[in-house]
Amino acid sequence: MTTDIGWVGVATSLVLVAIAVALSVRQGLGLERSMAWASLRAGAQLGAVGVVLAVILDPDTPLAAAWAWAAAMVVVAAVTVRARAPEVPGMLPLALATVGAVTALCLAVVFALGIFPVVPEAIVPLAGMMVGNSMAQTAVAARRVVAELADHRDEVEARLALGLPWPDAARPHVREALRTAMQSQIETTKVVGLVALPGAMTGLILAGVPAGDAVLVQLAIMYLILGAVAISVIVVGVGVVRRLFTADHRLVPLVRR
Amino acid sequence: MPATPPLFAFEDVVLHGDGAPRLDHLRLEIPDDGVTVVVGPSGSGKSSLLRLCNRLEVADRGVVRFRGQDVDALDPLLLRRTAGMVLQRPVPFAGTVRDNLLVARPADASDVSLAASLERTGLDPAMLGRVADELSGGELQRMCIARTLLTEPEVLLLDEPTASLDAANVARVEATVRSLVARGLRAVWVTHDHAQAERVGDRVLALAAGGRAVADGAPEQGAGA
Repeated sequence: MTTDIGWVGVATSLVLVAIAVALSVRQGLGLERSMAWASLRAGAQLGAVGVVLAVILDPDTPLAAAWAWAAAMVVVAAVTVRARAPEVPGMLPLALATVGAVTALCLAVVFALGIFPVVPEAIVPLAGMMVGNSMAQTAVAARRVVAELADHRDEVEARLALGLPWPDAARPHVREALRTAMQSQIETTKVVGLVALPGAMTGLILAGVPAGDAVLVQLAIMYLILGAVAISVIVVGVGVVRRLFTADHRLVPLVRR
Repeated sequence: MPATPPLFAFEDVVLHGDGAPRLDHLRLEIPDDGVTVVVGPSGSGKSSLLRLCNRLEVADRGVVRFRGQDVDALDPLLLRRTAGMVLQRPVPFAGTVRDNLLVARPADASDVSLAASLERTGLDPAMLGRVADELSGGELQRMCIARTLLTEPEVLLLDEPTASLDAANVARVEATVRSLVARGLRAVWVTHDHAQAERVGDRVLALAAGGRAVADGAPEQGAGA
């Protein structure tokens, strides 16, 4: 199989979107504008990314450019997490540290163990996958911790009133929040390949890589993502809960969103 | 011989709420003896006053003293075990009555000591293995008192502990607290119910809406204030 899809192929793939737009208009669903905007925006974004990636992946471009791209992704992810979880105090530096550290750790494992070579073609997509998954679950975990403690304020204060230090007073609720935050990734990992083929593997097969090799690559990536998500969730959970208690073991006022 | 300092003293205490202050330059002393009832209408800052006593909240201005010492200078965890709080709505934790009592981390965590704490609140020691969520409202509130007693407090801070109970259970909780006080415990009981203040209090202090002290005295004088 070749990958010379070309602009005509891309345009043709929009046929289904066009059918959906037509259906939306006919049924009066009002979705046509947002579908058209999403399609256009995705095209423009990926086009721009493609131009930058072409430069980064150029053999004459220094490797540092790929690392800079990965660092930029971490910053964008941290800003996104803060926007998604505005009720969490000090979210930006915490998200920056969490996503950055987890991404760095995963890439260090990948390259130190020689799973992939240290080339821009590995750095950029792997960093993207780690940052993307870590970002999503970091925001979920932070919001769940705040929501759990806000919803169970009376239980937390009942424990504090018994003279328990804040980590012990918060533990049952933080455990519940982090379990919930991890659940979707664990479920996804459990059914991988049964319900849908994962993205990296699909891409490799479409690009003509033998299925056996695609499976191995996907497995390595999946384990890395699971580890990255678990570490992100735990680190951000511990970091957030620390910000919600004072030094004299009081729960700060919380706003549930 | 120096005078015994009050159990709690509020020295010009201000606590801000949403908009209006919950406590407004409050000056109040709670003697180190018996049951002191603080009565007041809704919004008079009764619960806030108790939360300041064991530092679930801190004053925006002024000083709260426990037996002469500024509570800010005390270890909050030790203070909370010395002045144990019983919340208005009983809060059971997951699991059995035994699990609930063990959260208090008693020095002696044997079933014998746990059962003894239930007995002190008039509960059947055989209920240790029962699921806490299945207890009646009155049983639950007395279990919460038993749980607090396991921290070996010298003072009980009671935040309208009978607000959600029927008359029979109100009487049981009142009798439980009176019997504990007869054995040496101090109690600070806040309520909006003047009749209850007369029944359980050795003295009654009154708060007005807006968080200012308005009167104190023996129950027969203060209850109607």
